[in-house]
Formats: sequence, structure tokens, C-alpha cells
Amino acid sequence: MIRVENIKKQFGQQEVLKGITTVFEEGKTNLIIGKSGAGKTVMLKILVGLLQPTSGHIWYGNTNFTQLSNKQRKAIRTEMGMLFQGSALFDSMTVEQNVRFPLDMFTRLTAKEKSIRVDETLERVELGGANNKYPSEISGGMQKRVGIARAIILKPKYLFCDEPNSGLDPTTSMRIDELIHQITVENQMTTVINTHDMNSVMEIGDKINLLYFGELAWVGNCGEVMNSDNELLQDFIFASPFLQRLRDSALKNGH
Amino acid sequence: MFYHLGRYFMLMKSMFGKPERFSMYWKATARQMNDIGVGSLVIVGLVSIFIGAVTAVQFAYQLQASSIPPYYVGYIVRDIMIIELAPTFSCLALAGKVGSNIAAEIGGMRQKEQIDALEVMGVDTAAYLIAPKIIAAIVVIPMLVILSAFMGMMGGYLACVIGKLVTVADFMQGLRSFFIPYNVFMMEVKAFVFAFLLTSISCYQGYFVKGGSIELGKASTSAVVISNIMILLADYVIALLMT
Repeated sequence: MIRVENIKKQFGQQEVLKGITTVFEEGKTNLIIGKSGAGKTVMLKILVGLLQPTSGHIWYGNTNFTQLSNKQRKAIRTEMGMLFQGSALFDSMTVEQNVRFPLDMFTRLTAKEKSIRVDETLERVELGGANNKYPSEISGGMQKRVGIARAIILKPKYLFCDEPNSGLDPTTSMRIDELIHQITVENQMTTVINTHDMNSVMEIGDKINLLYFGELAWVGNCGEVMNSDNELLQDFIFASPFLQRLRDSALKNGH
Repeated sequence: MFYHLGRYFMLMKSMFGKPERFSMYWKATARQMNDIGVGSLVIVGLVSIFIGAVTAVQFAYQLQASSIPPYYVGYIVRDIMIIELAPTFSCLALAGKVGSNIAAEIGGMRQKEQIDALEVMGVDTAAYLIAPKIIAAIVVIPMLVILSAFMGMMGGYLACVIGKLVTVADFMQGLRSFFIPYNVFMMEVKAFVFAFLLTSISCYQGYFVKGGSIELGKASTSAVVISNIMILLADYVIALLMT
């Protein structure tokens, strides 16, 4: 579980996060949603320690992450996995080398044990046999799956995903969502996904946090989205006339 | 300027972190030694041969009408290569080749969020990305400079033989005359300092790059320009201190 207490972040005079307090629950897919510029990426970067908050605290279990030095953070960071928006794969390494990198860096496993673990993880993300390909030789969806494999190879307690669906077609996007959700449940991880993909919101959002210009505007789950009367949520989720009609029709039919 | 200087020293300090896995750092250092050392053999060799040849031709021309014995051409080529041209010209050439490459490599990693990915994994990025490059450079570049001095003398020899400027015997006598071993030590000190400067400045330029491809290009150019200026400045300071 990750507990966020009154997180504020300022860049010069601009206040990007205005005191966010929320909890990201264990074994659940926690979403941070919001329009572009709402502060989602800043929030995620603060959670993983790539940015320092102006004030506030982040608790990983009973450890106050914001008060740790860089050296002390290393221990918690080995329990984190992160999927970046652009996958952030090392382009001069093959798929296998990318996925094996955290094992090489942080474990004392033998070469054979590493190979077995890499193969298992690649199978898990449905990329068996792609070991020797370079990131430039595979599709965007496959790159995301390699990113997921690299993020989960050390069996982390916390998984962070920055816009995992960006640049993907709807089918691949849904498959990536399913995969992240399944892995979260299987490993009882605390997963935090930063997204503005409506399918993700409706399908895998165990806990949804809506950010609106740096403030937490709504918290709930995918089942509560339809019936919520929060205007900011409705404006965001049902922004297009098509989705508005769909919602009206669903509500009319009693869903 | 003080902001950059402070940030540069902070980065250099953070480079001395404890390696997460020594074998990974060793692999990275070995790869850099190959890239910087083996990858620069041809350019250093070619630059040095021509510098040595030009030095020989020009000194032979200047000594023609004087009473200075012709073997002095070999002596001058040897000493000027060891004291000045081998370390300085080689490192200026390497700042262009290796420095721009380092800035582009690290800057590209920053832009593609690969450095962020390493940070989140718990890797000390300053130590993992910068230390192997600097260690490799300060080991390999002094060796390249020795090669450069040798190739420069070879270039001078070839120029004298082909152009019949002085006899082979005279040139060889010059090479063997008035040798001061301390000059070789000075050459190696210069090589060591220049190697550190060109790699650390290039790493700094790449590590803190922001923006897109234009900024990456600028960082790469800055790496070369600043490295060159600092090498020449350091050359002057070392010359003052060691002669």
C-alpha cells in the first residue's frame, strides 16, 4: 500500500499539485486520470522519486519515502517496477538483455537461473521467442510488453505505469490493460497507472483518482463512474457526444 | 557559469557511489575501453603521422640556411611530439570523436527516459553511466598518446626519407640525442588530465540535456567546444607548473 499525504509540487510560481491525499491499495489497479496538464505525470514521478515534492509525504508501508536519502531509497526502489510511456528500453540491447538487466544488476542468480526467469517472464507477457530481437525490430505494443517484463522481472511490490496505452491501437491497448491487471492480481502488487484511456478507466480501474488542475477531484472505482454526479468526472469521462449518448442509453436500460 | 561549475562538481562527486554489482561496472568499463581505445586507433594514428611529417618538413626547411646540424630535425620532432603535439593534438581530436559521442549517447538516454528507468530500478546512474567512461578514458588515452608520439616520429622519419630532407642516419641520431625521460612523464600527466577533462565535460553535457534533438546537437557541440578550451587551458597550466 502507498499512502500519499498532502503532496504539493511547485515549479517556480506554478503550483502543479495542490495538496493531494490518497491511498493506492495493495492488490489493486489504481488509476490516476485527468486531462493533459492535470499533474498526473508529476504525481507519478513524485511517487517513484524522480521528482521531489515541495511538501507532503509518501509512505511505502511504514516507510516515509520522502524523508529517505537517495542511498536509503535504493532498497525500496528494488521493490518498484516502472513501465514508461515510451517504454524506455535500452536500444543497444536485445529484448532478452533488456529484461535480464535488473537480474544482472541486483541478483546473484546463475546465468542458467537468469535465463529461465527471463524466458518465463517473456512467456508471461506473450513474447516467447522474441529474445534476440532489438527494440527497433518490434512493434510499439511488443515494446510495451518488454517494458512490463523488465518492470516485473524482480517480482516488485509496486508497479507504476505511465500512460501504458499511448500510441497503441484499441485491441493492443486492451490487451496491455488486461495483462497489467492480471499481473497485479497474481502477484498482489500495488499498481499505479497514469492514464487518460477511457477503456482502462472502465475495465481495470479498481480505484480511480481524478486529478483536476492539481487537485484530487474524485475518488471511486469503475463501477461508480456511471452513476457519479461529479461534474468534473462526467465532463472528463463522457467528453464526446458519442460517449454521452452511450451513457444515457445505458442508464435508461438500468445498467 | 558558477551554477554549471557547481553542478559539474556535484555530478563528479556522485560518481563515486558504491557499485550495485561490480561485474556490471567492469563490463561497462571494458566496453568503453574498446570504444575509446580501439575505436580511436586509426584517427589518432593518422593525425599523428601527418603532424610528425609536417613538423619534420617545416623544421628541415627552417634549418636549411642555418649552421644547426641536420640531425636536429629528428631531435625536434621527438621532443615536440612528446612534450606538446602527441598529448594535445590527440586529445583535441579525441574530444571531437569521443566527447561528442559520449554527450550524444548519455543525452539520448536522458531524452528517451532510459536514465529515469535506471533511477527507478535503483541504479546509481551517475556512477553507472559516467564512472566507467572516465576510468576507461584515463586508462586508455595515455596509451593512445604514447602511440601518437611514436607515430609522429614515424611520420617525421617517413617525411625525411621520402623527401630526402635529412639522411636516415641523421634523423636517427637526432631521435637518440638529448633525451630527457621527465618529458615522457609530462606527456603522460597531460594525457591523464586531458582524458579526464574531455570525458567528464562530455558526460556532464549529455547527462543534463533537456529538450529535443536540437538541444542534443547543441550539447554535443558544447561538449567538444568546452573540452577543447579546457584542454588548451590545462595544457598552459601544466606547462607552467612542470617546466
